[in-house]
Amino acid sequence: MTDFLLELRSEEIPARMQDRAREDLAKLFAAELAKAGLVASELVTYATPRRLTLIARGLPTETAAVSEETKGPKASAPPQALEGFLRKTGLTREQLVERDGVLFAVIDKPGRATAHVLAEAIPAIIRAFPWPKAMRWGAASTTMESLRWVRPLQGIVALFGDDVVPCEVAGIVSGAATVGHRFHHPGIITIGNADDYVEKLRACHVIVDQAERRQIIALGATMAARKAGLELVQDEGLLTENAGLTEFPVPLLGRFDAAFLDVPPEVIQLTARVNQKYFVCRDADGALANAFVCTANIDASDGGAAIIEGNRKVLAARLSDAKFFYDTDLKVPLEEQARKLDRIVFHEKLGTVADKVDRVAKLARWLVEEGIVASSAPLPLAGGAGGGHVPLANASDADSPSPNPSREREGELSRADLASLAERAARLCKADLVTGMVGEFPELQGLMGGYYAAAQGEDPAVAAAIRDHYKPVGQGDDVPTDPVTVAVSLADKLDTLAAFFAIDERPTGSKDPFALRRAALGVLAIQTSSHLRYDIQAAYEAWGRAAGKEWLSIATGLEHLRYFFADRLKVQQREAGVRHDLIDAVFALGGEDDLVRLLARVHALQAFIGTADGANLLAGYKRAANILKKEGFAPSSPLPSGEGQGASAPRGEGDAQRTPDHPHPSDASRLPPSPEGRGDLSLSYTPEPAEAALANALDSAEPAAAAAIGAEDFAGAMAALATLRAPIDQFFESVIVNDAHDDKRAARLALLDRVRAAVHNVADFSKIEG
Amino acid sequence: MAEAKRCAWLTPSRHCGKARRVTQPLSFQNMILRLHDYWSRHGCLILQPHDMEMGAGTFHPATTLRALGPDSWNAAFVQPCRRPTDGRYGENPNRLQHYYQYQVILKPSPPDLQELYLGSLAAIGIDPLLHDIRFVEDDWESPTLGAWGLGWEVWCDGMEVTQFTYFQQMGGFDMKPVAGELTYGLERLALYIQNKDSVYDLAFNDAGVTYGQVFHENEVEMSTWNFEIADTDSLFDQFRKHVAECENCLAAKLPIPAYEQAIKASHVFNLLQARGVISVAERQAYMGRVRDLAKGSCQAWMDRNGWAA
Repeated sequence: MTDFLLELRSEEIPARMQDRAREDLAKLFAAELAKAGLVASELVTYATPRRLTLIARGLPTETAAVSEETKGPKASAPPQALEGFLRKTGLTREQLVERDGVLFAVIDKPGRATAHVLAEAIPAIIRAFPWPKAMRWGAASTTMESLRWVRPLQGIVALFGDDVVPCEVAGIVSGAATVGHRFHHPGIITIGNADDYVEKLRACHVIVDQAERRQIIALGATMAARKAGLELVQDEGLLTENAGLTEFPVPLLGRFDAAFLDVPPEVIQLTARVNQKYFVCRDADGALANAFVCTANIDASDGGAAIIEGNRKVLAARLSDAKFFYDTDLKVPLEEQARKLDRIVFHEKLGTVADKVDRVAKLARWLVEEGIVASSAPLPLAGGAGGGHVPLANASDADSPSPNPSREREGELSRADLASLAERAARLCKADLVTGMVGEFPELQGLMGGYYAAAQGEDPAVAAAIRDHYKPVGQGDDVPTDPVTVAVSLADKLDTLAAFFAIDERPTGSKDPFALRRAALGVLAIQTSSHLRYDIQAAYEAWGRAAGKEWLSIATGLEHLRYFFADRLKVQQREAGVRHDLIDAVFALGGEDDLVRLLARVHALQAFIGTADGANLLAGYKRAANILKKEGFAPSSPLPSGEGQGASAPRGEGDAQRTPDHPHPSDASRLPPSPEGRGDLSLSYTPEPAEAALANALDSAEPAAAAAIGAEDFAGAMAALATLRAPIDQFFESVIVNDAHDDKRAARLALLDRVRAAVHNVADFSKIEG
Repeated sequence: MAEAKRCAWLTPSRHCGKARRVTQPLSFQNMILRLHDYWSRHGCLILQPHDMEMGAGTFHPATTLRALGPDSWNAAFVQPCRRPTDGRYGENPNRLQHYYQYQVILKPSPPDLQELYLGSLAAIGIDPLLHDIRFVEDDWESPTLGAWGLGWEVWCDGMEVTQFTYFQQMGGFDMKPVAGELTYGLERLALYIQNKDSVYDLAFNDAGVTYGQVFHENEVEMSTWNFEIADTDSLFDQFRKHVAECENCLAAKLPIPAYEQAIKASHVFNLLQARGVISVAERQAYMGRVRDLAKGSCQAWMDRNGWAA
């Protein structure tokens, strides 16, 4: 067994591509070996800025001999067929083997030297390498067919055991020679074999293993900070990036002028990280310190003093530019900046950012004026007081509003005041897009607006809303809870969704150029976290009014938007372990625009389906539904598709305040048809006991379930359905549906249809899997 | 405001006498002479700046046009660059609306281009065992020239001192062969070599003249003009006229004058940007217009030389 070493040396490989390149090298190599029937016992890969290396251990020196059998014509086939086969295989008739009247060519392939396999594999790997971006270079590039590599390829080390595997790619001939560190050891080093590679390079100031470099940087940076009495702000991304930028990393701590600490810490950290790849440090109080840690690639002759000084100077220049932007921006009131938003196009069909801001401001005001977003907890399901960081769902007592210590004026903040704050914040929330700082660092949008608003004397709630209104930007991001922020954040996202749906710009497949999925997830996260209740249609109509008359005519996106939210809800709830088919089952009822209520129903359904009663009822339902389907029995209460029972009732105003004691009329209208109406037809025969029992059970379960649903007591509705389980089981056990008498058959089918209808009042069980 | 500017202007000159030391680092002008000497010894033509306002040395016809086609081409030159939006009224020690680039173009790119480049740093006195020299990924793209390339920004102790690019396309044409382009930021390099914090404190020569004495007033006045005074109606008018004249030249199959009009249009566009009168939406359209002119000029240059794309 022998080890193989491959080093592909090139000009500096971008740091961000190195990890992926190692994976690709291993994958391509393994695939090339597999073609020859070879497998290495171990594959190790390394990457530095200047080399991509693979070590394959435990390769045999030869591939196994194989005997390949090819089926030929029948022995009785015409001579032309035989001739063709002989030509193809290069054998004579005598060499063929006959078995069961068919001729076979058996070709013994002796084992090949592994070195030969490798010599062919190396050029194939290089030519097929999937760099995310590759280039041509040099004199060979007069044609477009010249080799492409991430940067010019400089050398190939290929050693199988102690022997060079001879090969050539684009004029580069393999050998045993490489180079050490660009500055510490620029001369040639001769590698003996896979075993001395890492250590020979280490002796020449090259740490080949990226994990080791990472470790050196992590430890060195932490220690340097500690020595200065500071704590390093850990940054995994920076560790990897700096490891990818160095062959011999040396972390060095420097200081910058403390006067720059006037600039917001986020700006300093971003400047240091993004532009310079520096770590930053915290002092004992946790505040940002005037220190940075850079990672040099040399063991400098002066111990690094010149490097630190140079880096300090660069950071100072960057920070003084940032300070220039910050000071300049501070002088211009956000209100004045906001006026410049009419120069920025939001979308060609949707006007400028100024237009968007106007819609968002109106929508934010509407959300407050409708009581959807309120300064205290608006609803009965959750309880607790709004505004704090405690998720509302955790608060227990709905009826006694607990004062929120973080905002003394919470209690006195009237709906009108809150509406004004929300509108004010909305009108300023995008103003920082035209500031110098955000122009330089787009990722600081929101944050800078928050700083400027606070410095310019805006209400703290307004400043916070400007700062946080983009949140949440992804799974795991903070979800706003302050009512002003909630109003602006929700309005901003709803506007984006409504606007793009109104012009039919919906996400398709993997394409979501306007990040509408993220916006919808943000809406859902805010809604569920703050237990906001409103219906989508009402919000869409409010948006239409905010957008102006010309928009109402094309506001056809509502139906799409409903389904879109349902889809996003599934994605969001998957994380929480909620089954998507149960969401479908509830959503299929249609007309449910209140996602909080929809979710409550789904939760109850999931709990119910998990019980024995639920599982059996589901089985009974499916059996009934199958029979009905087989008999072509038209459902007496067809499921609504989207537009549905009850959905047309206007909602909005009363919704947020609705309590279980005041069932909503729209729910009442979803009651099953009354028993007298059908199902309990006066029978022309005496029903069997199980048949009568099921009818009786339905008589009591139907109104009980309906009442429970009306009261939003979904667990109660499930319990009412559960009473059907035993009668249904009994019915299927002792009653024959398909009776010879048409009367009996029709009556029993009608009974099953009642079962189906009763169940559908809770959820469309046909959507439930399993 | 005027007071502050005057003080900033006076500060560097007060210090210039003290800047003289026994072991004097390279002055700004001597640094240029060393680079000329180095690249001349390595086979480059030493050209002079192109006599037009442009945003980068890449716009010099010796780069843009000469990069095209199969002929070998090795040249080095200084090019003054104007970036109106980068003006800071002479108040920022590192940002200028007018500065110098040292540009080297080598076609085809030689196999030892990185070593040649590092040799030039040594020639101007940068010790790579004292200073941290790094090649950091930076893919270069010039939307107005329809050009792109792969390479790095070269860092010296964390400061970008050179843009190092292997051109892959110019004017929308594939490079056959590929040219290597080195663009040195002369002021930044000088800050290192002379160990100064402000560009205005740089020794321009060895006789006590500072960069500030030569250029500070220029920065103050040009920033004021770029940002506040330039007549935008006139600029819009000029833009239209350069576009028309470029098209006129292209119709006459004259790529060089056509390209010069494209350079002028590009600079006028930059001035309009600095005046803040081009909206984000319009910006793309203007850049597309300039790109069409530059691409058209490159096409005409290819045609006139009989080169196939």
